Order: sequence, then C-alpha cells, then structure tokens
Amino acid sequence: MRLQKLTVPLAAVGILVAALLPGIGGDIEKADASTTSTCGEVNIAVNNWVGYEADAFVVGEVAQKRLGCLVNYVYVDEQISWQGFASGQVDAVLENWGHPELIDLYVKKLHAAQDAGSIGITGQIGWYVPPWMVKKYPDILDWKNLDKYADLFKTSESGGKGQLLDGDPGFVTNDEALVENLKLDYKVVFAGSEAALIQAFRAGEAQKKPVLGYFYSPQWFLAEVPLQKVKLPPYKDGCDADAAKVDCDYPDYPLHKIVSNQFAAGGSSGYRLVKNFTWSADDQNLVAKYITADGMSPEEAADKWVTTHPDQVDAWLRGTS
Amino acid sequence: VTTLTREPETTTQPDQEPRPASSPARRLGRGWLVLGVVVVWTVLAVVFQGKRTLVIGGADQVGVQNWIGDRANDLVTAGSDNFFLSITSGIADALDAVLQWCQLLISTPAFPSPYPHIGFLGVLAVAWFVTALVAGWRMSVLTAVCFALFALLGFYESSMDLLIVTLVSVLLSVAIGLPLSVWMAHSARARAVLTPVLDVMQTLPSFAYLLPLMLLFGIGGPAAVICTLIYSLPPLMRIASHGLQNLPQTVLEATDSMGQTTWQRLVKVELPMAKRTIIVGINQTTMAALSMATIAAFINGPGLGQPVVRALNALRVGDAFVPGLCIVLMAIMLDRVTTAASEHSEKLNRGQARETAARRAVLLSVAAGITVLCVYASRHYTFAARPWDSSLGDGVSNVVQTVIDWISTNWAGATSAIADGFTSAVINKIEYVLAGSPWFVTGLAILAIAMIVGGWRAAVATVVCLAGLRWLELWNNAMITLTATLVAALVVMILAGVVGVWMGRSRQADRVIRPLLDAGQTLPPFVYLIPVLALFGPTRFTAIVAAVAYAAPPAIKIVADGIKAVSSATVEAAESAGALTIQIITKVQIPMARSAFTVATNQGLLYVLAMVVIGGLVGAGALGYDVVAGFKQLDTRGRGLAAGFSIVLLGVMLDRITTYAARRAEGRA
Repeated sequence: MRLQKLTVPLAAVGILVAALLPGIGGDIEKADASTTSTCGEVNIAVNNWVGYEADAFVVGEVAQKRLGCLVNYVYVDEQISWQGFASGQVDAVLENWGHPELIDLYVKKLHAAQDAGSIGITGQIGWYVPPWMVKKYPDILDWKNLDKYADLFKTSESGGKGQLLDGDPGFVTNDEALVENLKLDYKVVFAGSEAALIQAFRAGEAQKKPVLGYFYSPQWFLAEVPLQKVKLPPYKDGCDADAAKVDCDYPDYPLHKIVSNQFAAGGSSGYRLVKNFTWSADDQNLVAKYITADGMSPEEAADKWVTTHPDQVDAWLRGTS
Repeated sequence: VTTLTREPETTTQPDQEPRPASSPARRLGRGWLVLGVVVVWTVLAVVFQGKRTLVIGGADQVGVQNWIGDRANDLVTAGSDNFFLSITSGIADALDAVLQWCQLLISTPAFPSPYPHIGFLGVLAVAWFVTALVAGWRMSVLTAVCFALFALLGFYESSMDLLIVTLVSVLLSVAIGLPLSVWMAHSARARAVLTPVLDVMQTLPSFAYLLPLMLLFGIGGPAAVICTLIYSLPPLMRIASHGLQNLPQTVLEATDSMGQTTWQRLVKVELPMAKRTIIVGINQTTMAALSMATIAAFINGPGLGQPVVRALNALRVGDAFVPGLCIVLMAIMLDRVTTAASEHSEKLNRGQARETAARRAVLLSVAAGITVLCVYASRHYTFAARPWDSSLGDGVSNVVQTVIDWISTNWAGATSAIADGFTSAVINKIEYVLAGSPWFVTGLAILAIAMIVGGWRAAVATVVCLAGLRWLELWNNAMITLTATLVAALVVMILAGVVGVWMGRSRQADRVIRPLLDAGQTLPPFVYLIPVLALFGPTRFTAIVAAVAYAAPPAIKIVADGIKAVSSATVEAAESAGALTIQIITKVQIPMARSAFTVATNQGLLYVLAMVVIGGLVGAGALGYDVVAGFKQLDTRGRGLAAGFSIVLLGVMLDRITTYAARRAEGRA
C-alpha cells in the first residue's frame, strides 16, 4: 500500500523532469526565430462564404510561408468578427461588405479598428433565378412581375406565399424589409448557408424547379450556372438608411479590409502584407472553385494559386522586409 | 447513468393507492376538460381566422426589443469604462491565460517548435497512466485507443482543445460547486435560495445565453468556458448536496460523540463518505460540459465543434461526421472513465489483498516509467511529437458522403414526401390553432389547461410566463416554437410509452436497448442534426426529428423504470384473475406507473425545447432563428436577446405545469 501511495508523486516528478530535461539528438526542427521577429502573430477572421475563405487563406499562406508569421484563422461570423477587434482576438477582416453601423461603432466610437484599403473587387447582392426560368418566363426579371409568379415558389416552409430563399442569417440582407415594403406576396426562408443556396440553385437548374434566392457576386458558382438577377427599384443614396424601411436595390459594395488599430500600430510585416493585398474577382473565383468544386483544402487551394502567381504575390510583399 | 437533468422530486411509489385527490373518476374528468378546452380553442381559431396573432415582420425589432438592444449596445460601447464589464473582461483575460497555457502544453505549436510542449505520444501516455491510476487497467486501454483514434481520424488538435475546455470547465464546476453543495447540504436557507437558481440554469436552453455571454466575455475560449460552466454546474451541485445530505446519521453521531470539530467532521467523515456520489456528480457534469463545449463553437470556442459547424456550413455531411465521431468517442471515454473511477475508488477503499496491492504498485511504477520516457521523447523527437497520421478520417468521410449522396438522390422523393406530409398533416394543423388564434385566446387556453392539469400553482406560474412572453413581443414566434416543442414531445411520449413499457416488461428487451439509450444520452445534441439535416433539408420537420432523437432516450428510461417498479404481486394478482396482457398493461401497469409518465413528460419537454432551439439553425425558424440571427446581426440584437428570454419563459412554464401535474399524480397536490 505504501509503495502504491508513492507512485503518484514519483510519476508526477518523473514527468516533470522528462519535460524539463534537455534533449540529446532530438530531430525536431525549431523554426528560425529571426525571420519571424518582424511579423509575430496574425489573427485573420474567416467568415463563412467561400470567396472570403479564398482571401483569408491566400493572405494567410503568404504570411506564414514568406514572412514566417504565426497565422491563426478565427472562424466567426462577419459581424461577430468586429467584436474581436476590441478584444484583440481578431487582427484583420479581409473582405468587408459595407456595415456602416459597425464602422461607426468600432472605428469612430471605440477606436478599435481602421480601414486598410480596397481588395480590388466590387461586390453585388441581389435576387437571382436560374436561367431556365428566364427562358420560360421572360418578364420574371422585373420585381413588379414577381407576385404573378408567387405560386411557383411555394414550399412547405413558406406558409402559402412564394419562397424567397436567403443564405446564412449573418449575411448582409434587407430581404425581410424589401418583401414587406415592396408589398410582395413572398416569405423569406433561410437556407442557412452559402452551400445550401448553391445546392438549391443547382438542383433548381438541373431539375427545372423554380427557385428565387438571395445571391451575390463575385461568386465562382455563377460560372457554373449563370443565374439571372432580378431588377429591384434602383438604389438611391440613403434609401437604405433605415433598415426597416428599405425599398430599393442593394448598393454596390467596394470590398475592403479592416484591421485592428493594435495590429496596424504594431509594425508587423503581416500588416504591410494585408495592406498591400489586392486581386481581381477572377482570381478569387479561381481559388474558391479550387476549394468547392475541386474539393481542395483551403490551404492547398491557396498554395496552388500562390505558386502560379508569383508576380502578384511579390507585389504584395513590397515593403515588408 | 442517471439522467442529465434534474428529476422533479418524485420517487415512483408503485404500491401506493391513489389518494382521493386524483381518483380515477377525477382524472377522467380532467381529461375531458382538457379536450373541451382544445375543442373550444380550435373553434375560436377558425372563427377569428388569424386575427390579432401578433405576427411581426421577420427583421422588425419593436418596442421593448429596441430598448433591450440599446442597453446591450451601450454596454459594448462603454467597454472597460463600465464597472461590470471591467470585471468580466478581467475574468476573461485570466481564463484566456489559463487556456492558452494548456493549449501550448498539449495542442497548439509552442513556438519556435512546430509541436506543443508535450507532443502526441507524451499526451497519450500521460492520459493512459492517469486513467490506469484512477480507473484501472481496462479503462486505460480505452483511453489510449481513443487518443490514438483522435489522431488517426485527423482531429488530434481540435480534440485536445475540446478536452481542455471541458476539463477546465469541470475543474471550475468542482471548485465552485463543491463548497456550494456543502453549504446546501447543511443549510435549509441555502437550499431554498439555490434550488430555484439551479432550476433556471438547467431549464435555460444553451443557445439562449450564448449572445449575452458573448457581449460580456467576448468571443473565444473564455466565453466558451463560462457558458459551459453555467450548463454543467447544476448536475454536480444537485447530486453532491443530495449525497452529503443523506449520509447515515448513526455514523455522524458516533463520530460527533468523539468530539470532532465541524471542519474535521466535513473533511474526515462527510466528504469521504459521499465520495462516490460526488464522483457520479462529476460524471454528469463532465457530460454536460462536453455537450455544451461543442455548441460554444458558435462563439469561436476552440474544439471539435468548429469543424462540425464549418462542414455543416459547406453541406459536407461526411466531413461533419468525422469530428462528430471524435466527439462521440470523447463522450464515451469520459463517461466510462469517470464511472469506472467511482467504482474503482470504492474498491480501493474496501482494501485489497496485500499481493494484489504489491503487484499493482509494481505495474504502476513500470507504467510511470514508460510514461516518463514517452513524454521525454515527445519533446525531442518528431516521431513521438507528431500525431499519428492516416487516411482513416478521409476514408470514413468519403464513405459517409457517398451513402448520403446516394440516399439523397435516390430517396429524395420519399424523404421530402414524408417531411411535407407530416408538416401539412400535423405541424401546420397544430400551429394553426396555437399560433393562428388571437393571442388572448391562446393565452387563456394555455392557462385553462395549466389550471386543469397542474392546479392553481401551475396557473400562477403560467400567468407570469405568458405575461412575460406577451411583453417581449415575440408572441407569434413563441407559439410556433411551442408547437414544434409539443409535437416533438408528443412523439417522444408515444415512443416512451411503447418502448418503455416493452423494456419494463421484458428483461431481455431492457438488456438490449438500455446500452443503446445510454450511448444516445452521451451524444452532444449537435451530433443529431447532421444525419437528419442530410435527409430532410432545412425544415421545421428536421428540427423536430432531431429533437425527438435527442429527448427519447431519457424519457424511455424513466418510463421503463416506472413500469418495472410496479409491484410484481399486483401484476400477478391481475394475472391470476385472468386479465389479458393488454389489460394488464393498460389497466394495471400504466396507471400505476403514472407518475413516471409525468416525470418523463417533464424531461421530454425540456430536452425537446433545448433541441428545437438549436433547430433554428436548420430551418426551424421562430425563436431559435431569432436567437441565431440576433447573435449574428447587430441590428436585431435586441430581438435576439428578447427571443432568448422568451425561450426561458417557455421552459419555465412547461416545467412548472408538468412538475405540479407530477406532484398531483402522486397525490400530494
């Protein structure tokens, strides 16, 4: 019994000693600390649409492989990422869609974050239908005619009205307000994610099933199935100022980067990289297609793009060393 | 395995004759009364045709919700200027430091090394050794296999993160919960104060408090630990205080007579004697913590919840299945090890033969030596530091994905026909009455039913809860959520009635089915969503199916135990009087196990409610969706918080009605 009582403290001491003992002939390669001294840790928010994933992993892989940064991918929704600026859990958001209210709060009031420039892409949001529907119902692309077709879009979840399929509840959307203010005979039903939207549209085109849904560009899927955009009342400055009274189309979104003030002031080479990062919608769609259609991991997809576009990557690295 | 949630204080008292308070005639009368209320309610629903149903637009935020949202935003804007927020952020920072230290130790790379301080083999060896020490050799093999599988399936790092969050939460639960349990065991006043608090903590569906916690503690590990703690504290406190309270008085008196101080009595007598019960409490707390820690992925809580959420987002069921499998493995491992630890401690307490003890000590020393070697190697050699690697995870994922793809292409017609058929035949009909009647009609009908089944105390609780729901202005959504809850609970009770009675009557059936139910109960709620979502898509039906799968095991077990407890003498008497089997079941066993049925209903409803809310993620809509959206969109934050409170009120209301109904069934009303 006494021996047994001794086992616990002895084992604890043994494990501690084993942990502290210097190694003899160990083969673990330690990273070279000198290359990373100008970068350190970079926490990149990853929001849940694949175009964003492409931005995040291309920047992340370059930061890791070329600058020796310690990159953490923080998987959170787009609005929740902003909360991370204040607490230091997020350093960079790489594709911001508008969000004037968040800019007001986190940039102007809390002084936690700042703009870090455009990524070179303009985003668009709207309502789309699969191409077969346009051939069969040519006037469907005007919002005024949507009520005429509401019956086509009925489902078990739309309560006798037409179904307008939305994506993730966290995406930028005015659809509930639009349906109400344009007095359309529709109900917004949330598919829950980008992937669910794509699946619905793909099945809709293949099986000639009616689908009306929220979608956006840049989006690689538009190359697979060229969805057609429904015309909503044109956007005018300020027509979307009151979220509950929106009755106009979505504006164009110049997609841009936001970084935390702490990250910008810290002198990290990772910050220079983020600031320099721009590319085109085609670039983003290519990486997004690698990830979804070709089933690569985001890291593999980003690596493939980075190795085939050395000039662009070098331009991003200007001023980092 | 006892049930996770508390059981309203009922012990099945099978031999007790029904008291006059609930004589069969009265009960029958109550049944007719409830039916009458439902008929009148339905007629009024048809008459009023959807007037005054308090529907509000999907993105609207009204009145009190705006006020709640503004307060929440004030809090965020004030930041550390706010006294309260400066305390919570202090707590968050401290927790963050602890978590990061643990992560560097076993999960994330400790720069400049590409591996954590203790690499894979070292962690595996330590886990193996500790299990051998506290739970015996057989369990230590299970632990080692599970750790190896985490690595082979490709989720070693996420698994360690989940383990860290779970264990830190459990340690905090013990540190906070044990002193409070001692206090509860010794003071009636403490019990009176803390019991309702624990009630509310357990009735709260976990999703409802993610948002407030995120506002207070930010995103990431610390908030994940806090929300896990809220959920996992009650089981430990209930079970431990119960154990401490029910120690044999003779032993306490005998040791008191030797003149011990209160402290000596506590440390030397009470705690050691209640050790086994306390470990059972820790087991329950661990399982609760594990299931909550996966849900915390929504606020960037580290661990296996994250890959599941990500894969669900990308609709890759196969990819969600593999981390789901790791969660299940971890649940089985932690459950079996803590259970075995309580049995093991008892065995050691009883003492062993000298040779066995000596042999065990030698073996343990050898094991300790091996462990020390593994830890050393894992710090310096790649072969020991790097998690084992295999294509097992990809293989499993591909097989599952293929099966799911096959089913969804070949059975798409059938599954959507089932979902649509059930939705229009059952869900929509009930929703039409509950959510389609004017609010005051529905309110009065619910109140009348509460009064009939639960008496005036249930009615008082119901009035308070309904008033709260009305005030929060999400009435219509609350009624839609209530519909889904009631439909799912109904299915659960039918299952519990059929399977539970079968198990209660047949020892063989019990032996086969019970382990399946035990396993089902250790699964975190999240795991249920994956296959159901793949089959039925994002609909209310999906949420209901997942809720049934989640709530059925505890309900079935309670009914089975109730039926089993009916005295065999009574059953034999009925048999010798020539009663048929069906008569024995319906006339003797079910009536006598009545209180087990009410307890099962209570548990079933609360489990279902928790899951229906998570169903907001997969198309269930209503309050669950409001919570999710409020949590993801700044504009509707107030509405999300209001939805969270509404869910709590629904939970408290259902709990009170069924608890008082259960007391009545026992004749104590």
